[in-house]
Amino acid sequence: MEELLKVNDISMVFGGLRAVSNFTMEINKGELVGLIGPNGAGKTTAFNMLTGVYEPTEGTITFEGNLVNGKKPYQVTAMGMARTFQNIRLFSELSVIDNVKIAYNMHVKYSLPEAVARFGRYFSEEEEIINKALSLLKIFKLDDKAYEQAKNLPYGEQRRLEIARALATEPKLLLLDEPAAGMNPQETHELMEMIRWIRDEFKLSILLIEHDMSLVMNVCERIYVLEYGCCIAQGLPEEIKSNKRVIEAYLGEEVS
Amino acid sequence: MNNIRKRDIMSLIGCFALYVVMQLMIMFEIIGPFWELNIVLIGINIILSVSLNLINGYTGQFSIGHAGFLAVGAYTGAIVTVKLGLPFELALIVGTICAGALGFLIGLPTLRLQGDYLAIATLGLGEIIRICILNIEYVGGASGLMGIPRHTNFAWVFLVGVIVIFFIKNFVNSAPGRACLAIRENEIAAETMGIDTTKYKVMAFTLGAAFAGTAGVLFSHYFYIAHPASFTFMRSFDILTMVVLGGLGSMSGAITGAVLLTGISAFLAEYPEWRMVIYSITLIVLMLYRPQGLFGNKELSLKMFKLGGGNNGRTAEGK
Ligand SMILES: Nc1ncnc2c1ncn2[C@@H]1O[C@H](COP(=O)(O)OP(=O)(O)OP(=O)(O)O)[C@@H](O)[C@H]1O
Ligand SMILES: [Mg+2]
Repeated sequence: MEELLKVNDISMVFGGLRAVSNFTMEINKGELVGLIGPNGAGKTTAFNMLTGVYEPTEGTITFEGNLVNGKKPYQVTAMGMARTFQNIRLFSELSVIDNVKIAYNMHVKYSLPEAVARFGRYFSEEEEIINKALSLLKIFKLDDKAYEQAKNLPYGEQRRLEIARALATEPKLLLLDEPAAGMNPQETHELMEMIRWIRDEFKLSILLIEHDMSLVMNVCERIYVLEYGCCIAQGLPEEIKSNKRVIEAYLGEEVS
Repeated sequence: MNNIRKRDIMSLIGCFALYVVMQLMIMFEIIGPFWELNIVLIGINIILSVSLNLINGYTGQFSIGHAGFLAVGAYTGAIVTVKLGLPFELALIVGTICAGALGFLIGLPTLRLQGDYLAIATLGLGEIIRICILNIEYVGGASGLMGIPRHTNFAWVFLVGVIVIFFIKNFVNSAPGRACLAIRENEIAAETMGIDTTKYKVMAFTLGAAFAGTAGVLFSHYFYIAHPASFTFMRSFDILTMVVLGGLGSMSGAITGAVLLTGISAFLAEYPEWRMVIYSITLIVLMLYRPQGLFGNKELSLKMFKLGGGNNGRTAEGK
């Protein structure tokens, strides 16, 4: 299997707090990997380091052999990583379709003069962007709401829009930060089916943060477990399920 | 896409019709010299408010130093015509480029600041520009640069105004413009969607500054003089008020704000003692009852008058 992402012994220190400590991970092409752990374990912090929001205090991250450390988030996105946020961050005053169109920006080739004087590649590329955006929205059953303001969508649809927007950057690795948070069981089930389908359809790798253990167990092929910033276990769902330290970390929670 | 082209052509025809009507009214003196002067002023203020709206409204960067760029345009333009004896058309280009270049240089370091800090920095920079001009003898220092020929007329202001409005309208409906909107909406998300936020903030700031410079050239070549007192921070606030009154992030709003406030000022010219009172009350009432501005961030469109047509007007064009 071909290696896509390699995380080598990274740590993130905030003042006296080691939010993530000596974390090592790799993701291969086409894999669907889970990252779980109790509240405050450092999952989102790990995501923020992968996507360039924070620079790791120690350790290195490489993506397809290229160093991620020190890159800005937009450069990381250009390398082929896209993410969603735990607390939804849509362009809420803009329309649903504009949210997706913005994510296509990286691939736009027309120049500023072509845009403001409306000639050359402007019309053809804009049309292409709209069509691509609409077909992506269709996959997420949002096409009939394309021209509504994003903030007016119900919660579950906002989450789906975030995923659609991330996919529009045409990533090789999709990072989802608790995409099922706040969804009801029915929606969650559909979402998990969809995540697997996305991976196959778009031929990408997915790293999924999830709080709910049972959920990750069903959909992920490999799992990393964080607790207090340290990776306490990794392996196949079966192995994680029976791991004593994981059960302790999730004490009181049913591991099914 | 053909629809967009058709709509653009229709709007241009509309603009031309408006121009012909107004020009005829000026020629046959239905519009007298007092109102002609104010119409030119309205035109210049429209250019200023739509260009500031690009920075403050669409990109969400709170700048309040617009008068500084207006001054740069006014003076550099006047240098071209008065000191160098070159044509007015060149003055327009030079004034625009100089103000834009300064905007670029100022934008690079300051746009890393956020919110209040950026506001204070731009306020300070606007004043610095004015004080610098005040101390340059070459351009007349405190007594101003006099003897500027009147090249600006209604036709020029109208032409430049239409170009600037179309420029900004098209910009906002393109990829770079959407990048600016994304920055306004959520900078972190914009960055994560592959947008180089610094680049687009500086781009919007530079373009806004450049158009303020164009307005400056028109201004000094209408009023025969470029004087430091015309470019104080009060002037910046005037422009900001127009944008906020109309609704940040709305082209229709910026235009309406400029027309309304300049118009009110002109109407009240006969009652100078009441002018500021009525002006202030208008603002207070408006901010109490419509804090998002007259238009919010929507655009004037037929849809606005239909029931339930509350969709963000900007995107209506993309359909
Ligand atoms: N910018 C920051 N400055 C200081 N401390 C931070 C910062 N970001 C996160 N932390 C701390 O790091 C720890 C890990 O936080 P993180 O958000 O990564 O946890 P998480 O695993 O995503 O938790 P949750 O399941 O609640 O989302 C927490 O103690 C948090 O308070
Ligand atoms: Mg988190």
